[in-house]
Amino acid sequence: MRFTGHLDLHRAWERAFRRAGLPLAYSEGFNPHPRLNLASALPLGFTGEREALDAWLEQDLPVEDVQVALLRALPPGLQVSQIESVDLRLPALQTSLEASEYQITFQRPFPELAERLAALLLADSLPRRWRERDYDLRPLILDARLPDAPPPSLPIDSGQQALCLRLSARESATGRPDEVIAALGGDPQAARVHRLRLLFKE
Amino acid sequence: MLSPEQINNQLDRILFRVQKPARYTGGEINQVVKDWEQIPTKVALVFPDLYDLGMSNLGLAILYELLNQRPDVLAERAYAPWSDFEAEIRAAGLPLYSLETKHPLAAFDILGFSLPYETLYTNTLNILDLAGLPLFSAQRDETHPLVIAGGHAAFNPEPMHAFMDAFVIGEGEEVIHEIVDVYQAWKKCRASRLELWRSLSQIWGVYVPALYEAQHHPDGTVARITPLDKAAPMPIIKRIVGKLPPAPTHFIVPYIDTVHNRAPVEISRGCTRGCRFCHAGIISRPVRQRSVTEIIQAVEQALSNTGYEEVGLLSLSSSDYTHIVELVETVSQRFAGRHLSISLPSLRIASFSVDLMDALKDSRRSGFTLAPEAATERMRQIINKPLSDTQLLETAGAVFKRGWHNLKLYFMIGHPSETLEDVRAISDLCKAVLAEGRKTIGRRAQVTAGVSTFIPKPHTPFQWAPCDTFEQIQAKQDLLKRSLRGPGLKLNWNSPQDTMLEAWLSRGDRRMSQVIYQAWKLGARFDAWKDRFRFDLWQQAFTEVDLQPDFYTHRPRPLTEVFPWEHINAGVRKKYLADDYQRSQAGLTRDDCREQCYACGILPSFAALRRLNPGDLWQCPEVRSPQVLASSLQPTNPSQIPAREN
Repeated sequence: MRFTGHLDLHRAWERAFRRAGLPLAYSEGFNPHPRLNLASALPLGFTGEREALDAWLEQDLPVEDVQVALLRALPPGLQVSQIESVDLRLPALQTSLEASEYQITFQRPFPELAERLAALLLADSLPRRWRERDYDLRPLILDARLPDAPPPSLPIDSGQQALCLRLSARESATGRPDEVIAALGGDPQAARVHRLRLLFKE
Repeated sequence: MLSPEQINNQLDRILFRVQKPARYTGGEINQVVKDWEQIPTKVALVFPDLYDLGMSNLGLAILYELLNQRPDVLAERAYAPWSDFEAEIRAAGLPLYSLETKHPLAAFDILGFSLPYETLYTNTLNILDLAGLPLFSAQRDETHPLVIAGGHAAFNPEPMHAFMDAFVIGEGEEVIHEIVDVYQAWKKCRASRLELWRSLSQIWGVYVPALYEAQHHPDGTVARITPLDKAAPMPIIKRIVGKLPPAPTHFIVPYIDTVHNRAPVEISRGCTRGCRFCHAGIISRPVRQRSVTEIIQAVEQALSNTGYEEVGLLSLSSSDYTHIVELVETVSQRFAGRHLSISLPSLRIASFSVDLMDALKDSRRSGFTLAPEAATERMRQIINKPLSDTQLLETAGAVFKRGWHNLKLYFMIGHPSETLEDVRAISDLCKAVLAEGRKTIGRRAQVTAGVSTFIPKPHTPFQWAPCDTFEQIQAKQDLLKRSLRGPGLKLNWNSPQDTMLEAWLSRGDRRMSQVIYQAWKLGARFDAWKDRFRFDLWQQAFTEVDLQPDFYTHRPRPLTEVFPWEHINAGVRKKYLADDYQRSQAGLTRDDCREQCYACGILPSFAALRRLNPGDLWQCPEVRSPQVLASSLQPTNPSQIPAREN
């Protein structure tokens, strides 16, 4: 499941709704598509929990019924933790997203991780290049620290190092955890990235 | 042998470095994962091309569902890895593994390859190699899995005879169980592989190449094919099911895009039209249909199991399905408002077909496809697809009037006795069709011509015909490229090299397996992929093995020639095919055989099965002739007619 890209994940949710027999509302127009929006794309290879999505249904159904139906229809690797009925006038999730928290575990020893992290945070700017665009990574790092104890949700072998990040996730100001790992001099492919939660505007 | 844990650990890193890693992870909804330690017989179903294609293959989906219904069997999947992933696992020393539990393929009891077309042969060898298995059947022993193959290409198994322990000729639904049963019995008594081969050869529809020998004349043609084992059947008669079993509905839903993102439901099998070039039309006879109720139920279940947004109602000729109007009406009423798209491929050229598509209200209206196959009435009589130009133009007009903008027309060049005039007619006809479209919808009308090249396939009435040479194909394609151009017209064609390779492989004899082996050693892979296909490697392979490729393609064959597939019997008499070939040369056509039986041989070949499945379960007219029944080719030993119930 973690090697499913954003668009494919979107379709996996659509199909889960269909299998659940839930009447997804469709957009108007020549090429109608189901109205379902994931709050934030999760890059290929990352895992996540407490992710969020907006789904529009054609009928007003009790939240419990939706939850029961959906639970039965989910593919391996997707879970539903909470469903809320929300006011249709509320802004879309994407526009109210502020930040994301990540937990990174390194598959191989990362020497001097603490020292490098301290140096990274002291820097005024971290010029980087992503998809042929220069940008400054530093202001996108809202918080970065080594965890006191590994969270129980992640099975971590003894000696495996971890890193907790809070990165900006505003539109056009989104920090990528793999970029932080690279800026630390690490190998992003040798790290497991797990998104712990999304933080929205009040 | 590496354990699944060891494989998984290494995969973690590798998957980040390859395109579309989800091809190699499994874990989709509806995959079946059983307890490896508890299940006695393990089968890996292998599609020797990318996951993206293999996941849309209905044959393997059927076998996966049937095998996993058995408590004593587990079936898992494997596909050909793309070159990036192949390089990674070779570098890491990983074997190719199954998607469900990540067991190495060599840990399975049976590897079953699907061979729907011939250009998968080098991939098949590559998969055996990536599994760490000896490629040649003769070099494997009791510690290796049994390696078998089936699918349409297996109707000429000879080019792959050296690599497979056994082939299934025909339909797999029943025979797969018998193969598993025989395997289980053999494993219990720890007998030799020869014993296993012998027992397998006793199953109706199973061909064990090691039990036969082919002798050649000095000119290279086959002199005779003889069994080396007294009990080995001769000929090997294709396997069919008397009645289509319940349609599979628990399709695995891929997370990534595949060629067909849809739930396929087979509405009928076989075709009664008798197009003379058509391989499927002969080898999948007789026509058997599912009832409307059965189809609707299958669609309903498949949708609720998969959540797919598209359903494909599959058959070789949809408009010939007896209850097509009722089916289409029921489908469009029942599934209205559910934002589904229903596809109905292979429609006949008649305005009736346009009515059918219109009733399905496919919201996308992307394109409408018709396959006249040839552009002159003369040529269409030769190939036995009789149709007047007026009929075609009327149908095209109806397509544009009902709101489709793009009409795709499929043609073939290189039919027997074709002239450049017949080829030029393709562009004239496309222009006439475009003019028809412009009358209705103006400049929005588009005509796309897909022009492939004829290959005389085994078991067809045209199996005696030669292929066009490179120069002939090139000249015909050049003519089309010059004349079929302009706004609203588009031309697609196959390269002559693709055609030649497919022709060599589909017409090959036993000697061809050395060419395939050599081509694989030289690096040939993914021969069906334009950007991967290396014609030069195949030429080199032919030279190294000292065989003439033209021998397989450009030689007209006398009616007396013994074909490499002479011992494989599709239930259709060779005499019938030869007569039909001669009728073609005289410009004589044959009608749809639902109305009148032309004695192709299917009924006497499967007389006992027909008696068990009377009436319109088969579209063959009822024929009563004691003489015909007496000459039945079908095994008379009742134990070979399966009575399996489940």
